[in-house]
Amino acid sequence: MLNLLWLVPFMPLAGFLILTASEGRLPRAYVPWIGAGSVGLSAALAASLAFELLALAPEARVFRQTLWHWMAAGDFGVDFAFYLDALSLNMLLVVTGVGFLIHVYSAGYMADDPSMARFFAYMNLFVFAMLILVLADNLPLLYLGWEGVGLCSYLLIGFWYEKPENGYAARKAFVVTRVGDTAMALGLFLMFSQLGTLDIQEAMARASTQWPAGSALPTAAALLLLGGAVGKSAQLPLQVWLPDAMAGPTPISALIHAATMVTAGVYLIARTHALFALAPEVQTLVAAIGAITLLMSGFSALTQTDIKRILAYSTISQIGYMFLALGVGAWSAAIFHLTTHAFFKALLFLGAGAVILSLHHEQDIFRMGGLRRSLPLVFWTFIVGLAALVALPFTSGYYSKHEILLSAYGSGAAGPWLWAAGTAGAILTGLYSTRLLLVAFFGTERTQAHSHYGSNIGVPLVVLAILSLAGGLAKLPLFPALPETGTEETGGSIGLATTAAPFLGVAIGYLVYRTGTASAEALLQLPGAETLRRLWFSGWGMDWVYDRLFVFPFIALARLNKGDAVDRLYQGIVALTRLGHCMLVPTQTGQLRRYAAGMLFGAALILALGVWS
Amino acid sequence: MASIPFEHALLLASVLFALGLVALLIRRNLIVMLMSVEIMLNAAGLAFIAAGSRWGQPDGQVMFLLVLTLAAAEVGVGLGLVLQIYRRYKTLDVDRLSEMQG
Repeated sequence: MLNLLWLVPFMPLAGFLILTASEGRLPRAYVPWIGAGSVGLSAALAASLAFELLALAPEARVFRQTLWHWMAAGDFGVDFAFYLDALSLNMLLVVTGVGFLIHVYSAGYMADDPSMARFFAYMNLFVFAMLILVLADNLPLLYLGWEGVGLCSYLLIGFWYEKPENGYAARKAFVVTRVGDTAMALGLFLMFSQLGTLDIQEAMARASTQWPAGSALPTAAALLLLGGAVGKSAQLPLQVWLPDAMAGPTPISALIHAATMVTAGVYLIARTHALFALAPEVQTLVAAIGAITLLMSGFSALTQTDIKRILAYSTISQIGYMFLALGVGAWSAAIFHLTTHAFFKALLFLGAGAVILSLHHEQDIFRMGGLRRSLPLVFWTFIVGLAALVALPFTSGYYSKHEILLSAYGSGAAGPWLWAAGTAGAILTGLYSTRLLLVAFFGTERTQAHSHYGSNIGVPLVVLAILSLAGGLAKLPLFPALPETGTEETGGSIGLATTAAPFLGVAIGYLVYRTGTASAEALLQLPGAETLRRLWFSGWGMDWVYDRLFVFPFIALARLNKGDAVDRLYQGIVALTRLGHCMLVPTQTGQLRRYAAGMLFGAALILALGVWS
Repeated sequence: MASIPFEHALLLASVLFALGLVALLIRRNLIVMLMSVEIMLNAAGLAFIAAGSRWGQPDGQVMFLLVLTLAAAEVGVGLGLVLQIYRRYKTLDVDRLSEMQG
């Protein structure tokens, strides 16, 4: 049964091939069946594989499958091989399970779109690439999947390519993540040249024995891999692409930019945790990046008015928590939060999508209001998603976030600071979630809602809501794929404060946006508040800085070099050849006897040279 | 049998070659030009034979056979082309057949 593992990624690939090869000539009714069906089969297969793998003893939960030799050159050989352990199984279930629900949802969401077949083709290709990424046995194959999801992300952000700004957002996402990917590729080169292998398990084993902890090599390798991870997972300083990536259709935001692709960086670090354990400074850096990112994007989420951008900043912030967990060595807590986040953030995005669809593509929360009555199903599932996001007790997000924060607290000298940042982030999360809920779903109705969504939108919402509530109980045992982190018992007051923080945020949000005790308008009258709001709204002005640091100089350089200095050389060669041609043309007279005389002359010349030299 | 001196044979071959070359350059009739090429080929063949007998090697005669075959093939193709040219242009004057110019 485990031998069928290869079918899990290749099912979506088959779906992609069918949808692409038919070039949109397939009857529209079949398209969602192929698109969602292929992922559904994958999900069913993944679930049965999970039962089989989990039935084994924890130490035996490893399965390798080599499909073929991918490339071989000298000592360098790469197999197209899959590696299934508890960690990749967890990712497998998230990608296929949540992916399937989002595909079902897309069948409803994209029902009226003329290029639905293209949409499902890209989606299937994405799921294939993502599965390659999580199943890869070696780093080059992982990199293939890594770039594959990047390509699909680009294609799907720019799915509505008629609008130029969507194309711009797609290019921005592609270029920014490429910065990280370059670092990651360098990391792979470094590991191969120093360790002699790119097989992940083998490389980790060799690194642990050959490299002393804290030395330069593991630090460099871990830093380079971290570069790839922050690019893909939209962490500081490469987080600028994710809010703009919301230009894509909402199911894409749910699948790629919330549940799966953006968490690939977390997966990469968890997968190579042995390397990061050898570089304590880099690990501290990971924690610091996570803590700073979660705070910064939490503040940004507070000021956004576009429902999808709020969720995008919230995603950056939640991935910040995962990085925080990775940085303090709470590997399984990070993966746990990745899983629960996939549930509740997919739910929130799909709910937002249903709202947007019902309001005819209105995304400004201040033009919504009162949706509680017109969209009751979306309202209740959205509340569940937000509850899990702010980590109210007994929702899935509570368990994972609680674990992260407690692990952070007990992680050495910087622990309390990291904990404080995470807890402050939890207050912010409560605050912006309450704001989103109260503004969009309560109050007076500002835009007439037409709830014309069918069951293929409603059912995924309900299923994801159940998962968001109960997902905390279904924590996969990740040992021994990831080392156990013994969270020492911290003081009860710390646990209590961690639990109470979201309530504080919710309470503040309630006071500001419901009772009007301290209205947002009044707060903005305070000195400096408007500047701060603008700074947060623009994502701390990072776009502004990057524009001036990189984009504008690059554009100026490109303008300067419009004629292409290198090309001039080749143009010169062309001109020279043409000149020679023009000079030689008159000799071609068409007179046969002249040609014969020319030949005679030439032969005589060569003979003379031969004789007298 | 008194052998012909090698130099005489070479001289004859050069004279024949020069005759053919001059004819090729001064005559305008395509058929005559073809014939002069034949003469030049035979001059070369003669030089091969003479050289072969001078050093007692069979290679000279082998080469002559090759030249002979080549010449036959060349005449076959050449005459065919001449026929086509005459049908098309009603002339065999090469100076008037000078359409192919740059």
